[in-house]
Amino acid sequence: MAHADVNFAEASRAALKDPQLRANFRRAMDGLMSKRAVQFADPQEWHAMRALGASVRLRALSRLPELLETLEENCTRNGITVHWASATEEANAIVLAIMQRVDARLAVKGKSMVTEEMHLNAFLEKQGIECIEADLGEYIVQLDQEMPSHIIMPAIHKNTKQIAHLFREKIKDAEYTEDVAQLTDLARRVLRRKFMNADVGISGVNAAVAETGTLCLVENEGNGRMVTTVPPVHIAVMGLEKVVETLEDVPPVLSLLTRSATAQPITTYVNMITSPRKPGEKDGPREIHLVILDNGRSKIYADEELRHTLRCIRCGACMNHCPVYTRVGGHAYQAPYPGPIGKILVPQMEGLGTRGEMPHACTLCNACVEICPVGIPIAELMNRLRAEAVHPDGTVKDAGAQASTVEALVWKGWAAAFASPTAYRMATMVLSTVGNAAPASLPLLKEWTSVRVKPRFAGRTLHDLAREKGIPDA
Amino acid sequence: MSTTRPGTVYFFGTCLVDLFYPQAGMAGMELLRREGVRVVFPQGQSCCGQPAYNSGYREEALKVARAQLRLFTEDWPVVVPSGSCAGMMKTHWPDLFKGEPEEAHAVAVAGRTVELTQFLVNVLNVALEDKGEPVRVTWHASCHAQREMGVVDEPKALLRQLANVELVELKREKECCGFGGTFAVRHPEISAAMVEDKVADIEGTGARAVVSGDCGCLMNITGALQAGGKPVQGKHIAEFLLERTHGTR
Repeated sequence: MAHADVNFAEASRAALKDPQLRANFRRAMDGLMSKRAVQFADPQEWHAMRALGASVRLRALSRLPELLETLEENCTRNGITVHWASATEEANAIVLAIMQRVDARLAVKGKSMVTEEMHLNAFLEKQGIECIEADLGEYIVQLDQEMPSHIIMPAIHKNTKQIAHLFREKIKDAEYTEDVAQLTDLARRVLRRKFMNADVGISGVNAAVAETGTLCLVENEGNGRMVTTVPPVHIAVMGLEKVVETLEDVPPVLSLLTRSATAQPITTYVNMITSPRKPGEKDGPREIHLVILDNGRSKIYADEELRHTLRCIRCGACMNHCPVYTRVGGHAYQAPYPGPIGKILVPQMEGLGTRGEMPHACTLCNACVEICPVGIPIAELMNRLRAEAVHPDGTVKDAGAQASTVEALVWKGWAAAFASPTAYRMATMVLSTVGNAAPASLPLLKEWTSVRVKPRFAGRTLHDLAREKGIPDA
Repeated sequence: MSTTRPGTVYFFGTCLVDLFYPQAGMAGMELLRREGVRVVFPQGQSCCGQPAYNSGYREEALKVARAQLRLFTEDWPVVVPSGSCAGMMKTHWPDLFKGEPEEAHAVAVAGRTVELTQFLVNVLNVALEDKGEPVRVTWHASCHAQREMGVVDEPKALLRQLANVELVELKREKECCGFGGTFAVRHPEISAAMVEDKVADIEGTGARAVVSGDCGCLMNITGALQAGGKPVQGKHIAEFLLERTHGTR
């Protein structure tokens, strides 16, 4: 879904002016980083785990079309109905059709970023169906009519006080408390009733196993277990890259995921769903549906370099380690996926027309690359997207959207001057002589000097000094 | 990286050093020369191509990189007083030159590219004798030095050799200062927030000087220090080491 009104620069400026928000993010990200570091304290083990995780993901991607077919076959054999959606609208329509067939009025949903891509809650609401978030963080942001600000911890931008106020305001008969256990209890009271009355449970998928037709789901609150077992119908939604080949591929992926995401060797709940309730079984849904969404992923897959975007296991660690994300928070990106992975994924899904600035909101510091549990070359992909944004012959949606004749000319001129020793010498001579007279009000210098003094040309270049000192040229 | 002591090295000064910090470049060359290494400074050099590369202008980056590559005809190490520019040459030139006639040469030069402190410590094994007054300093690690060149311990090991220099590490040594090339002017508010945090971290150490191996970071950090009227000095590590071991100038 494209948003014409997306403006990262403006949203980030607003976020930077909110000291509470900045403090919340800084504190939260610091905690997440240090906890994760403990999980991967042994560098040798870390490198070995990461290599294994990357190999699982790369192997799956190398056979993606075939594995998806196997997944469909095995799911179908297990009694899971598989649906394919090329666009989010189609996925929403599939979910709605299932719901209408069973006359559903209420759905409970476990955390799922793909349903955020689809804006499923808003869509269902328009159809008169209530879809309530069952993950505590998601429940909080839904109550406040916000988007998640982090893919693992959706309400990380809020502190306890803010949540306490929200609950008192929005939950019937709730008394004000800042006690975390009491706040959790308040949410639990609401959600339990919803679980019991829900017609449909909706969930995401952390990994889908092709060889067995198994859907894996990790979570800590038990809401995922409830959503996938209590309501009579379970609809699982996944991006088509989530498939892995074998059951043996699951432990390394989940272990990397949970350690990177929440610094847990394993989550409290690990759900492995292979079929609906069988005759004689006492629980489980009557029907399970798996909606597999493309939404631009096939196009990403078609490019051998950009394909590495699809390795992602959605741990969110890149956000926790991103100095830009830490400053502006997740909402500034105005996208389902914020932070480093968002900056490479969202422009490919939605196009460089509305999202061309995202790959530039990055210093290329490589902090995310260092900790990505499956070794995605995020900075290189960021660089590639910057090139795509200024060249209309690229392969990404809306390639060339940021092409500017003036900018192109500036770089052409730069290249001409810097590729010729004579031209370079003349250019640096001019800059060294008159460069310091440039007024700070000039474009670029104006931005630079907002918090810094103007850099000063030294007058005599290193070339000059080396020559004078008699340092040999060859 | 080969740790055999070479007779001759190329010195690639980088454009920022050339225009803004030539003393850092001279100091870098002097540190090598006084160890008995012959230093060659090709006068035809300009820039590694990184500014265009990171802005999405790969053809322009290639054109400039090609003009540098041509200068490195001998198989001498290429020593660079910047982790960022060294990182461009070592990790990105092979991609940039992929499929070009000079690809093999670019890969070879990438393999011979070394950041200055790496070369001083791992190849030359330098021993420094401090001749300066007692001073407290802090170290700013550049992102590309750490993460593209693997330079983490070398510069701090050099600083710790100096008897009268007290090195107080930053709380967030690994965190980016917010420079990011064009990022600083493309997203000035975010960059400002980042460099302000860096300045606060530096101030918190009580250091008189912040030493770094990258002039992009230095330009950003010292620019903010000066704008804020802070008394902390910024210094390139080559210049700092040379001053300390020659006595204070």
